[in-house]
Amino acid sequence: MLKRYFGKCFSYFMLILCGLIMVVPFIWMVSTSLKSQTAINKGSVGFIPIEFVNYYIHDGKKELCEIVTEEEDLSVINIYGNDGKTFKESYVKVPTENITSSKKLKFHLNNYIEAFTKVPFGRYFLNTLFVSLSVLIGVLITSSLAAYAFARMRFKGRDFIFYLFISMMMVPQPIYLIPSYFLLTKLGWINTYQALIIPWIANIFSIFLLRQQFKTIPQDLFDAAVIDGCSQFEILWRIVLPISKPILATTAIFSLIASWNSFMWPLVMTSSDKLRVLQVGLSYFAQEASSSTTLLMSASTFSIAPLLIIFLFAQKQIISSFISSGLKG
Amino acid sequence: MRTKKSYFPFGYILPAFLIVFAFRLIPIVLSFIISFFKWTIHGPEKFIGLQNYIKLFQDPGFWQSLINTFYLVVFIVPITLILSLFFANLLNRTKKLSGLFRTTYFIPTVTSLVAISILWKLIFSPHGGLMNHVLGFFSIHGLNWLSEPRGIFTLLFGTIGINIPKAFGGPSLALFAIIIVSIWRSLGYNTIIYLAGLQNIPEVYYEAADIDGASKWKQFFNITVPLISPTTFYVLIMTTIVTFQVFSQVYLMTGPPIGGPLGTTKVIVYYIFEMGFGESQNLSYASAIALVLFFIILGLTMLQKRLEKKVQY
Repeated sequence: MLKRYFGKCFSYFMLILCGLIMVVPFIWMVSTSLKSQTAINKGSVGFIPIEFVNYYIHDGKKELCEIVTEEEDLSVINIYGNDGKTFKESYVKVPTENITSSKKLKFHLNNYIEAFTKVPFGRYFLNTLFVSLSVLIGVLITSSLAAYAFARMRFKGRDFIFYLFISMMMVPQPIYLIPSYFLLTKLGWINTYQALIIPWIANIFSIFLLRQQFKTIPQDLFDAAVIDGCSQFEILWRIVLPISKPILATTAIFSLIASWNSFMWPLVMTSSDKLRVLQVGLSYFAQEASSSTTLLMSASTFSIAPLLIIFLFAQKQIISSFISSGLKG
Repeated sequence: MRTKKSYFPFGYILPAFLIVFAFRLIPIVLSFIISFFKWTIHGPEKFIGLQNYIKLFQDPGFWQSLINTFYLVVFIVPITLILSLFFANLLNRTKKLSGLFRTTYFIPTVTSLVAISILWKLIFSPHGGLMNHVLGFFSIHGLNWLSEPRGIFTLLFGTIGINIPKAFGGPSLALFAIIIVSIWRSLGYNTIIYLAGLQNIPEVYYEAADIDGASKWKQFFNITVPLISPTTFYVLIMTTIVTFQVFSQVYLMTGPPIGGPLGTTKVIVYYIFEMGFGESQNLSYASAIALVLFFIILGLTMLQKRLEKKVQY
């Protein structure tokens, strides 16, 4: 009995530890994004954006100040004006005992604004959104059509084409990146939205997933529809797609996550600032502003927030999608 | 009824087929052709046969990148397999909070590698990074993580005063940092996949083993491990394929110059990128390397598939 109890404690301890290891980096990211760069440079590592605030007390007044040098009896300080940013008086010698410092929780939300003014992340965000949604619509259309033909129609070469597709699904992106770059250059597509959208509007994996699903639909349903005079397209549109909503949602989720996070392709195929997607913009920002830790963390937080929010709302659906696709694929 | 030719099946396939044909099949075939030519961005210049492949075998940069990539695979794949099976087992036994655990473990999977790499670069920073701060509690100080070219075994044995030859130094600490990030990113996904596999094992096997008096350890090795092997092979193959393609972590966490310190984090996909899109813009050499990578991945996948058939239960 005791052994069992310890076993349970150990399980929970390990699970919680692992959970912390998964989440703590993100918490640190958000907390760093809310600190001031000066605090970071002074060596602030902790999770709570706390700052030391110094006050100079004299004649019953309490004034915000900054310490320049600190000695046992006398210190040199700068006294802030009412706006809290500029100095009212600089290099004032005051008795050290008149200075008090206190901890203060301060969120530097303007890091986000500053990151946005330094780099057009708004534009990058819209680019990413536009590309992701266009790819999504394309994938849903081409995949449902192709999967329907593969699953429910008989024609010459069907299996050959299907296995050709599957074998190409296995080829990793770095393999065809170089020739694709050459091809898109010849097409004059480098630095265009087409380059980011068109090659991705057919997704073999989605076709595969949908085909598996369409094959499970009972034949009776199709026979009945044909007797009722439905055309093949009507069967697909009115019967097959409505009852395949969960798998369509799965396909949509995969497509969105993949295009939102896609990096190497847009990095290679675009160089113009106007077409930059969020991931590429973030990577350039990381190289240019590597010392502005706080801005970097605010930009990173901003770039992962949309998918993370979607994930937290639809986590059950998303996790089970990953499981089902993982076990089928 | 279905023999009635009132429809045109190829019309349904055509949109997908055109895209796959133009942007997958042609590039894949083209990459073979390009690798046999002197090929610039304007097109082929002259046929050079196997020259790129001969050059490849004499190129120390290529071998270094291959070794670095093998280090990644050798560390990431087994550790991922063991850890994810371990946590899946724990999750399978707990009822309370298991949904919360699953959600938290999964967060890194849906997060972009770019943001993750930028974040971990800061975590590993020796100036105000979280990693050294945490290690400080265990009296480990002053690790230079991403700028440390010495191998982890060199460092480890160095602390107890043993010098080991450079060839056995293992991956550099910088590469090891990338290994940590890669495991961290995929751990949740693989744990969830394993969990699904575990839940498919019928409870009756364990009940029977309980009656026979088999210990939990025996049950794990004689029931769970064999019956979970299809999942293990899936995780094995997927993790291997993904690990061979590591790029973003190297591109964003290391350097300048990227792939540093001393080229110890230059992995093969980054080497392809550097050859193809760097200063040299040598598309045909980059294609040759990409094809070698392709055949390595293909060979390993087939080997694993074969192994899977052998140990099927």
